Amino acid sequence: MSSKGGWNPYLAGALTGVLAVVSVLVTTQVLGKGQYLGASTTFVRGAGLVERQLAPERVAQNDYFVKEKVKVDWQMMLVVGIFFGALLASAGDGSFRKEYVPPMWRERFPYGAWCRAAGAFGGGVIAIFGARLAGGCPSGHGLSGVMQLSLSGLVALVCFMVAGIFTARAIYGGRNYPWT
Amino acid sequence: MDLVFGLITGILFGFLLQKGRVLRFEKQIGFLRLLDMTILKFMLSSILVGMVGIYLLVDLGMIQLDVKSTVLGAQIIGGLIFGVGWAILGFCPGTAAGALGEGRIHALWGILGMLAGAALYAEVYPELRETLLKWGVFGKVTLPGLLQVNHWVVIGGFFFAAMVFFVWCEKKKL
Repeated sequence: MSSKGGWNPYLAGALTGVLAVVSVLVTTQVLGKGQYLGASTTFVRGAGLVERQLAPERVAQNDYFVKEKVKVDWQMMLVVGIFFGALLASAGDGSFRKEYVPPMWRERFPYGAWCRAAGAFGGGVIAIFGARLAGGCPSGHGLSGVMQLSLSGLVALVCFMVAGIFTARAIYGGRNYPWT
Repeated sequence: MDLVFGLITGILFGFLLQKGRVLRFEKQIGFLRLLDMTILKFMLSSILVGMVGIYLLVDLGMIQLDVKSTVLGAQIIGGLIFGVGWAILGFCPGTAAGALGEGRIHALWGILGMLAGAALYAEVYPELRETLLKWGVFGKVTLPGLLQVNHWVVIGGFFFAAMVFFVWCEKKKL
């Protein structure tokens, strides 16, 4: 089912669960504050770091940047680490592949790399806006939130999926599902 | 020191995401089109293992929960907006960084979009703080707290539901 070199998703997922727990334990003991996996706040801090180069007083006076603190922190390094971890894993088993347009997108929108770039950029704007409003993304709410049995995590995760499924259906059309 | 821990944890996280093959556009959109459940198998497995570990350590007094406040207006509206963007981009914030790592260059456009979107959110935050972010505030609520039952009962329920789902997935070869 999985391509060569890939791991069973149950196993990779379970190990990610172990990683999440160990991370909270180690950061609690060493840093004094447990760090739960998350990613979307990093884009706020990243945007703040960039914007600070252009308009420092605007960032200093923005309530949201003040609230989330514009700096390189644990979570930003986590996101940077995800990049390197994926690079390492894909280089190791030969699954690294340069791709400008994913095949499924090309089949639906056969207009080249710029069309995909525009879609990815626009989708990114919408996704992070929603994630920040919700207070987290599939990592922070979905994994860390639901792991802690939090109501906010469960509500957010269900809403992510419901809107995602409807939107994907609107874009790619209804198909015969494998179980029907 | 916290930066080093973040980087090491991230490298391991990215490695596992890549090995589980959940970073790919085809897997993410495949799930949202309900054609491929790889992502959900991965997520639920990590959640199940995570909830047992987290609550075991909480019971032992070794760690503390860090629950995000429930604001129904924010999580429902924000969650739905996120879902729309997710289905267009084909990555979520964490997986976009990983997808770029395995050569999916187009994830870079998504990352730039997310930086722009975050700056946009910061601009409108003062208005949202007075409106949506005040709708349906419940505070830091957990399911065991809400249902007034022991957390292990809720975890047992999650395990049962997930196992039924996993068996169904394998039966239908999703």
